[in-house]
Amino acid sequence: MTGQGLHRDDGTVGDDPWSVLRSATRARVALGRAGDALPTHRELEFRAAHAAARDAVHSPLDVEALRAELGGEVLVVASAAPDRATYLQRPDLGRRLADGTALPRVDADLALVLADGLSPRAVHEHGPGLVAALRERLPGWSLAPPVVATQARVALGDAVGEVLGARAVVVLVGERPGLSSADSLGVYLTWDPRPGRVDSERNCVSNVRPPHGLSYAQAADTVAALLTAARELGASGVALKDEGPALPPGAG
Amino acid sequence: MTVRRATLGGHTYEFPTLVELMAKATPPRSGDVLAGCAAGSAAERVAAQTVLADLPLATFLDEQVVGYDEDDVTRLVLDTHDAAAFAPVASLTVGEFRDRLLAWAAAGDEAAISALAPGLTPEMVAATSKLMRNADLVAVGRRTRVVTGLRSTIGLPGRLASRLQPNHPTDDPVGVTASILDGLLHGSGDAVIGINPATDSPARTVALLELVDAVISRYEIPTQSCVLAHVTTTLRALEQGAPVDLVFQSVAGTQEANRGFGVTLDLLAEARAGALALGRGTVGENVTYFETGQGSALSAGAHLGIGGRPVDQQTLETRAYAVARHFSPLLVNTVVGFIGPEYLYDGKQVLRAGLEDHACGKLLGLPMGVDVCYTNHAEVDEDDMDSLMLLLGAAGCSFLIAVPGMDDVMLHYQSLSFSDVLTARSVLGLRPAPEFEAWLARMDLLDDAGRVRELAPDAPAAKALLAAATP
Repeated sequence: MTGQGLHRDDGTVGDDPWSVLRSATRARVALGRAGDALPTHRELEFRAAHAAARDAVHSPLDVEALRAELGGEVLVVASAAPDRATYLQRPDLGRRLADGTALPRVDADLALVLADGLSPRAVHEHGPGLVAALRERLPGWSLAPPVVATQARVALGDAVGEVLGARAVVVLVGERPGLSSADSLGVYLTWDPRPGRVDSERNCVSNVRPPHGLSYAQAADTVAALLTAARELGASGVALKDEGPALPPGAG
Repeated sequence: MTVRRATLGGHTYEFPTLVELMAKATPPRSGDVLAGCAAGSAAERVAAQTVLADLPLATFLDEQVVGYDEDDVTRLVLDTHDAAAFAPVASLTVGEFRDRLLAWAAAGDEAAISALAPGLTPEMVAATSKLMRNADLVAVGRRTRVVTGLRSTIGLPGRLASRLQPNHPTDDPVGVTASILDGLLHGSGDAVIGINPATDSPARTVALLELVDAVISRYEIPTQSCVLAHVTTTLRALEQGAPVDLVFQSVAGTQEANRGFGVTLDLLAEARAGALALGRGTVGENVTYFETGQGSALSAGAHLGIGGRPVDQQTLETRAYAVARHFSPLLVNTVVGFIGPEYLYDGKQVLRAGLEDHACGKLLGLPMGVDVCYTNHAEVDEDDMDSLMLLLGAAGCSFLIAVPGMDDVMLHYQSLSFSDVLTARSVLGLRPAPEFEAWLARMDLLDDAGRVRELAPDAPAAKALLAAATP
């Protein structure tokens, strides 16, 4: 609650009462009119935001660029969805590994999966930074080589984690773009990953998107704390959330 | 039961169950492919429609899509079926019923169509809609009259109301107020000023209810408020004496899906009774508001019917309307593009679904509105929204949802803007709800032609509204 009013300190109403109202919301209020429609420049502002969101959904993940930025050994997998149109209509395929996928068994404590999800752009912009922050905070953990996954949903991490022999999987996934946030990264933690895990068995930190959303340090602190608690409990999800650290505001 | 079959182009297509027949007769959409129940080819779809057209309408009283014993929605439908209302069409096939509806619609016989509602089941209406083209859905929807009221009257001929949706990511009171005032200055809000709260807490719900109630009271606006919290939260607000105009709940077409929403029919009845007891209506006593949407049962894994077979999402959607109509709603709307491309992939599918939902809801007796909307991962844009909005206006849609500048900053999707509603009204010659229109005139917000004025921020009428928004 802001407690702001429309009145100035001296009790009078300002010349543009909308200035206070506008400052209290990101909603597109008081845009003006062209007849019964929006004025041209307002229409174009909206289109620019929608275009950014559309491009975030449809620009493919540049696997080689991401591999180079992550450095070291990187594993690459694809889901069973062969293209973007199929991916968008068949979430079931985005949760399964493509036929013939080969991954080594490494028996690590933790696997990190970078999944394009609904915003490959978010993975490009925030994936490597968040991976670095996570590595710093998990000195006692053996980590599998990071896995880059295309046409991937969160639950693809279950299959990846099982094949790698990881005790836990953390999936960094591009979230569904909004008009004002085309590059938001979500983080999903699942203990003892295997196909068939349900959403209530995961913990989520969303809106990793500095400088507007969570910073890498904030997100990594939370994820590291959740991982430590999950290891003690031997489980993730609803059970862990009740006993674990409070998630930061907006972390979902 | 006999296997139903049709031969098309030298190939015989068989439909062993009513569930499969309904699904395969459904115009294409991604959700039915995802569920694994869609027709395998265009020819199979037409074959199913051919079989469906010859099916007696009364079949649906004897043969179920979702079982009677295991599903309370099916029991509600059959136990409350009005045979007398059904009598005028009881001898017709599904195809003949489509023809009869179109004949009545062309003749403008609203009374004949509208009186059928208590005699129609969701499956009858769904089956008929599967044989209809978009223009059929518009023509029949337009002549199906459903009028409801609380402090404004919804559904009168020549009227198009709107829900003013002033959502804010943190429910900030000044932020919410800004969006409410923007909507009122655009002539929106005659259906309801309805907020989706950012969190589902009783305290937050009560605070928002009091905020909107204060705005409505201060200006004596003939409309109603709603905070779209879970029905159990609204029950808590009622216990605390909050000014609840409307009880809201999302509902779906199977008992299992409603369980996923955390609601039962008893819970809805209890909340409705609580709101009714407050006696807050002036022109009517409809105190409930429901939202639905194709795909909600599938997304909850609660879409299976007889024999464990997947039921198509449009049939399940019409079953949700049977739940809604049991509680005499003021407003019902489908949120047609919200759920995502895995259920309705592109503008064509969203357009078709919006028109189906409106016509089917009306035929079942609902005051049907639509949230014309889309998400950024669907193949839909504002041009598709314009087309659906104008067709719904032509179809006599009861109300549309509107947000500032098409952008819902809390739910992160795009709906219509306040100015879009102005466009629909002016292009199609539609007007706001009569009580609200008179209020707009009293506030000097209408010009001589009855159009909502375009006001500078410092115009007296605008300032009068804005100044009183001071906390």
